[in-house]
Amino acid sequence: MNKSVFSSLVAVLASLVVATPAIAAEEVNLYSYRQQSLLQPLTDAFTAETGIKVNVVHAEKGLAEKIKAAGANNPADLVLTVDIGRLEEVRAAGLFEAVDSPLLNDVVPAHLRHPENLWFALTTRARVVYAHKDRVKEGELASLNDLADPKWKGRICTRSGKHVYNIGLIASVIAEDGEEAAETWLRGVKDNLARKPQGNDRAQAKAIFEGQCDLAIANRYYMGKMFYNTKSPEQQQWAEQIRVEYLDQQVGGRGQHINISGAGLLNTAKNKDNAIKLLEFLVGETAQGLYATANFEEPVRAGIKTDEFIESLGDFKSDRISLQDVADQRAAAARLVDRVGFDM
Amino acid sequence: MCIRRSAVFCLEAMSTTATSTSVRLLLSKSRFDLWVWIALAIAILAFIPVITLFKLSWANNQEIWQHLLDTVFWIYVKNTLLLCMGVTLFTAFIGTGAAWLVTRFNFPLKSVFVWALLLPLAVPSYILAFVITDQLEYAGFVQKSLRAIFGWQTARDYWFPEIRSIQGAIAVLSLVLYPYVYLLARAAFVEQAAQLFEMSRCLGKSQTQSFFKVALPLARPAIVVGVTLALMETINEYGTVEFFAVPTLTAGIFDVWLNMSSLSAAAQIALMLVSFSILLLGLERYSRNAGKFYKLTGQSPAMFAEPLKGAKAWTATLLCLLPISLGFILPVTVLSNYALRNLDSGFDQYLTNAWNSFSLAAMAALLTTALGLLLAYGVRLSKSNKMRSIAEAATLGYAIPGAVLAVGILYPLGLFDNAVDSLMKAWFNYPTGLLLTGTGGALVLAYSLRFIALSYRTLDASLTKITPEMDDASRVLGSRSGKTLWRIHLPLIRPSLLTAMLLVFVDTMKELPITLILRPFNFNTLSTQVWDLASLEQLEQSALAALTILLAGILPVIIMSRNIGSSEQRPQGH
Repeated sequence: MNKSVFSSLVAVLASLVVATPAIAAEEVNLYSYRQQSLLQPLTDAFTAETGIKVNVVHAEKGLAEKIKAAGANNPADLVLTVDIGRLEEVRAAGLFEAVDSPLLNDVVPAHLRHPENLWFALTTRARVVYAHKDRVKEGELASLNDLADPKWKGRICTRSGKHVYNIGLIASVIAEDGEEAAETWLRGVKDNLARKPQGNDRAQAKAIFEGQCDLAIANRYYMGKMFYNTKSPEQQQWAEQIRVEYLDQQVGGRGQHINISGAGLLNTAKNKDNAIKLLEFLVGETAQGLYATANFEEPVRAGIKTDEFIESLGDFKSDRISLQDVADQRAAAARLVDRVGFDM
Repeated sequence: MCIRRSAVFCLEAMSTTATSTSVRLLLSKSRFDLWVWIALAIAILAFIPVITLFKLSWANNQEIWQHLLDTVFWIYVKNTLLLCMGVTLFTAFIGTGAAWLVTRFNFPLKSVFVWALLLPLAVPSYILAFVITDQLEYAGFVQKSLRAIFGWQTARDYWFPEIRSIQGAIAVLSLVLYPYVYLLARAAFVEQAAQLFEMSRCLGKSQTQSFFKVALPLARPAIVVGVTLALMETINEYGTVEFFAVPTLTAGIFDVWLNMSSLSAAAQIALMLVSFSILLLGLERYSRNAGKFYKLTGQSPAMFAEPLKGAKAWTATLLCLLPISLGFILPVTVLSNYALRNLDSGFDQYLTNAWNSFSLAAMAALLTTALGLLLAYGVRLSKSNKMRSIAEAATLGYAIPGAVLAVGILYPLGLFDNAVDSLMKAWFNYPTGLLLTGTGGALVLAYSLRFIALSYRTLDASLTKITPEMDDASRVLGSRSGKTLWRIHLPLIRPSLLTAMLLVFVDTMKELPITLILRPFNFNTLSTQVWDLASLEQLEQSALAALTILLAGILPVIIMSRNIGSSEQRPQGH
């Protein structure tokens, strides 16, 4: 290695060491479980509107530990996640602080925020059933319970029972029906699986397309992502042969299970005002519109114009159970998956 | 048999003379101390994450353990062991077989295979898993074509091996990990086995006999080191086993940590992996001690490469082509195809991210190799088995899943930063905040703690081959330890220094979980760019970044291979 390359490397190292985020006035520091490609348009819009710079670290695990380890010197202000599970992890560690914002209280419905406002949902994500348009007749599947009906034997696909999305779904069943009923149900679903749980949500749509199964448990927004995927046109075909089934829509039914993407303010935050401004911006009309059209999630704010294709999938009534109650059952759900041997 | 015994006797006689005590008595012990202390300090530094795990695991998780034992624990153990056995078998077989073919024979394309066989090392296993599944699963290209050809309608009409299975995971891990075995086995064949193999052939032993009785036993320590490295990577592997839906102990760690919210129980399982690798290292050491040889001279003569003809030659070519095609050409082809379709996305950040990846990997390579060298040299000077054990404890971080290791690094970093901060506040009223946490420096340090296993093992193996006679001679002639290292050892182990640097470089380019957790604000690398889209189920759109990680491995691999092969190309004599 010659000297000039070496010295430029040293210079980079030096700049990295010095580049600790300074606690300047017009900044907000974000730890995000939400991917950069999804978040960037939102933070850019926020900076354009307020002049406040947003610094972000994206990760998939370990951010709660990163905050704990830094103690009082923790540089992050907000934590943003794509599942109630990760929010609960930070809350349970006692790292969140209640936010008293009339605007947030007004926009975010009570069941979509922590009872003491330690976290707020920014969008909801319905975990629905994808059904093949021809092989499954309309009205054949009405509720989550139906998935355990032996008539679906060998016809259902899903990803790992241990994935956060499925843990959330199973936790909601435990929260509503109790652990015993949930176990009977989950055993029934396992007996109906067409294959060992594997792949991601899109892979389930592909499996329906290839005829490996007729029903799949998956998040609704993937329908939008597949439908508009011009880069991989085969995904458009996958989406076209699927009908989205919303579950438990009957009068008095519990409603369609949803998970959330959400955020909470850290109690060691140095830029609290800016952080709350960002939270309020994220439930504002601009940001909510972006969530709905760019990632096809359901806005928490009422009256937002969403995407045309997503609207064509129909409207649904969502489960009103408090997501904190669902989050409380996550560990029980993980154990249930083990007991039933769902992934084995 | 008699050949082998006499050869071994000859070598043992050499090493006994080398350690003649009369020379040793002339030297005072105290001068060694500084080097040993430095090595000790490095070992302690590298062991800190494991100590942190011990501390984190200090809780009673009886309930969780009862649950695990009642349900999935033995399945985790079984899968982990099967995975290890499969990877041992395949990496040893492919690595040693390929090394022997290219060292011993001449056949079409051999000179390309010599370095190309290392290429799969640059492929992140989760990318290979993605590509192979994409082609081979029910909805993939291969099965689709079969269905079209034979008119099958559904999965029930025919049998095809389940790709998302432990066999699939073994195949993918073996394909990306066999180069460790190949690299070390080839070096051993080139450096050590040549002369004795020729001797054996001259004395009338057959090709096969000479291989199994002379070449293989001589290369065994090197093969074992390679397999040990492969296994340490296997037991901490998460992305691939998750992809193949194979729940191993590592999957259990993350389930207990993230779904059951018990970091302490997760740390306990992680420590089980650590003890498993202690067992591995013990086996490795036993195996190495049982076959400890010093180089006869600084320069061994080249092995005579026998030309293969006709069908035999082409079979050899095909055999070498197979792991390269599956482990490198296939993913490069698929990714290139995706990259061409997605040239417009993610290009804006690409150059910055590529620079970040390259500079981090280069710094990690330099630091890790320096630390590994100091550690190995300290062990050599101490001549103590205790010191060797301490140094090996320092390499245990390699067996811990990256995200868990990152947590094990975060806590001590936080302690250090906060201590410095409060001292500076108290003494100078100057708060320093987080001095290291969340900086590139911390990231480079973390890579070094993870990959010191690679540099230490490579350099230690190389230093061990230099007879202690050299040290003694140099010392008697008045050189101090530092000068001896600089003037005598470094030139002799130069190829291994480069190998260590390049291994760490390639591995840092691929590294993901530590980078994700420890990186500074607004900081991306090629692998985080790939992750960003892959986790959104859009790996295709980050194909350019993924491709760069793969291609960045080519140059290091060629350099590495040049250095091992160099003793082959040089004319005999001095």
